[in-house]
Amino acid sequence: MMPDLGKYAEAVLSSYALSIMLIAGLVAVSLIRARRVRKELQGIERKAKTNG
Amino acid sequence: MRALLIRDIRLAVRAGGGFGLGLSFFLIVVVLVPFGVGPQNALLARIAPGILWLGALLACLLSLDRIFALDWEDGSLDLLATSPLPMEGIVSIKALAHWLTTGLPLVLAAPLFGVLLNLPEAGYKWLILSLLLGTPALSVIGAFGAALTVGLKRGGLLLSLLVLPLYVPTLIFGAEVARRGAEGLQVATPLLMLAGITCGAMALLPFASAAVLRVNLR
Amino acid sequence: MSSIWEYANPKKFIETTDRILPALAVLTGVALLLGLIWGFFLTPDDFRQGSTVKIVFLHVPSALMAINAWLMMLVASLIWIVRRHHVSALAARAAAPVGLVMTMIALLTGAIWGQPMWGTWWAWDPRLTSFLILFLFYLGYIALWAAIENDDTAADLTAILCLVGSVFALLSRYAVNFWNQGLHQGASLSVKSGERMDMTYKLPLYVCMAGFVLLFVVLVLIRTGTEIRARRMRVLLARERMGA
Repeated sequence: MMPDLGKYAEAVLSSYALSIMLIAGLVAVSLIRARRVRKELQGIERKAKTNG
Repeated sequence: MRALLIRDIRLAVRAGGGFGLGLSFFLIVVVLVPFGVGPQNALLARIAPGILWLGALLACLLSLDRIFALDWEDGSLDLLATSPLPMEGIVSIKALAHWLTTGLPLVLAAPLFGVLLNLPEAGYKWLILSLLLGTPALSVIGAFGAALTVGLKRGGLLLSLLVLPLYVPTLIFGAEVARRGAEGLQVATPLLMLAGITCGAMALLPFASAAVLRVNLR
Repeated sequence: MSSIWEYANPKKFIETTDRILPALAVLTGVALLLGLIWGFFLTPDDFRQGSTVKIVFLHVPSALMAINAWLMMLVASLIWIVRRHHVSALAARAAAPVGLVMTMIALLTGAIWGQPMWGTWWAWDPRLTSFLILFLFYLGYIALWAAIENDDTAADLTAILCLVGSVFALLSRYAVNFWNQGLHQGASLSVKSGERMDMTYKLPLYVCMAGFVLLFVVLVLIRTGTEIRARRMRVLLARERMGA
């Protein structure tokens, strides 16, 4: 399955690994923050409604 | 406007801040470089134009936050904003005052420091000319950065981060003029580009700085 | 104090994006997976570059998005300055970190590719240098957003910084070109200067580019939604404090 990368295997693999890690990190950070803010906002809105 | 200019210069000189500090910083940079790269005269002669330009740039950066910070703290910036002077004019005058108290002394001191770095004879003329042409751009661009960060408590570091990338073209062309001059090469192209950047920055950036100040004073 | 009506438009934005995001995200995943798997497993080695040619499927799309993200921020900043749509300012804010990461990927993959090919991790080549400068611009822009507390002030100042920064970034590009002629290949779609890129590489590259564009859109939509919610939260909290 794995293609033969020859003598440049290290370069190719590390660039794929690094890029995928960076992208995954960015996506994860975006999603986690989105979920947290969404939840907090819901809480505040509910409170605002019951108060007034 | 003239009154504002005189007042700003007087404040800068009296406070002892920008005036002497920038020059001393420049001197220290120039003195430290040989310690870092070794005392070979040939090597120093090669890197002298770049080091002198970089030192001048950093010394200029050092006093940028003073352009607006003091006036912001004591409220005189609000007064100036309500005065009949246009904001663009105020910004330009303040940049001019900064140049007269920081840029001009650096230009005058640069040849002296050039001796320390073994700058080739042919380079002095071009070094002075390039700094004379380039440092006004540094002050004007710096005034823009100072206007952006004027209301912030820890604005100094952010100011450097914002202003340094904006200094790239000026530094490249300025140092290129000095380097080519020192090596006895043609300098016309970078010299014209440097002059173009300075003129463009002086003509257009005060509008941006004024807009920024208006937002900050809102 | 801003009125609650101000959020009518952002509300619609959130509703619309919430509706289309799942489909868009799936599409992005499919395009990225297809493009990268195709590029990694199914392309032959180049006769000169060997297997390092596979890095192109990450390097070129990320470099493309690094520049386009800044362009999008520029357009969004202009819209904010002229029309004062809050969504636009927040979209610019949301795009900046994505652009930063894209620039990082482009720089890193470039360095890893350059090591075996040019024999050095880093060269002060015009393109590399311009990207490094672009990276600094992203850093400054993000730092300015983070430093200012008032939302509208931050939006105004960063928008102006984006405009001025764009002019200077362009100037730097020419200055750097003048300063060093460089060894980077020309047009990004020809891997070797003079030779056109072969279809076997071009097709997966196009898929990857589409994947990166979609990824950028999805991330910006998600992050803009988050920014809108965070802003609304701050307004509500401030109102509560005033009422209490």
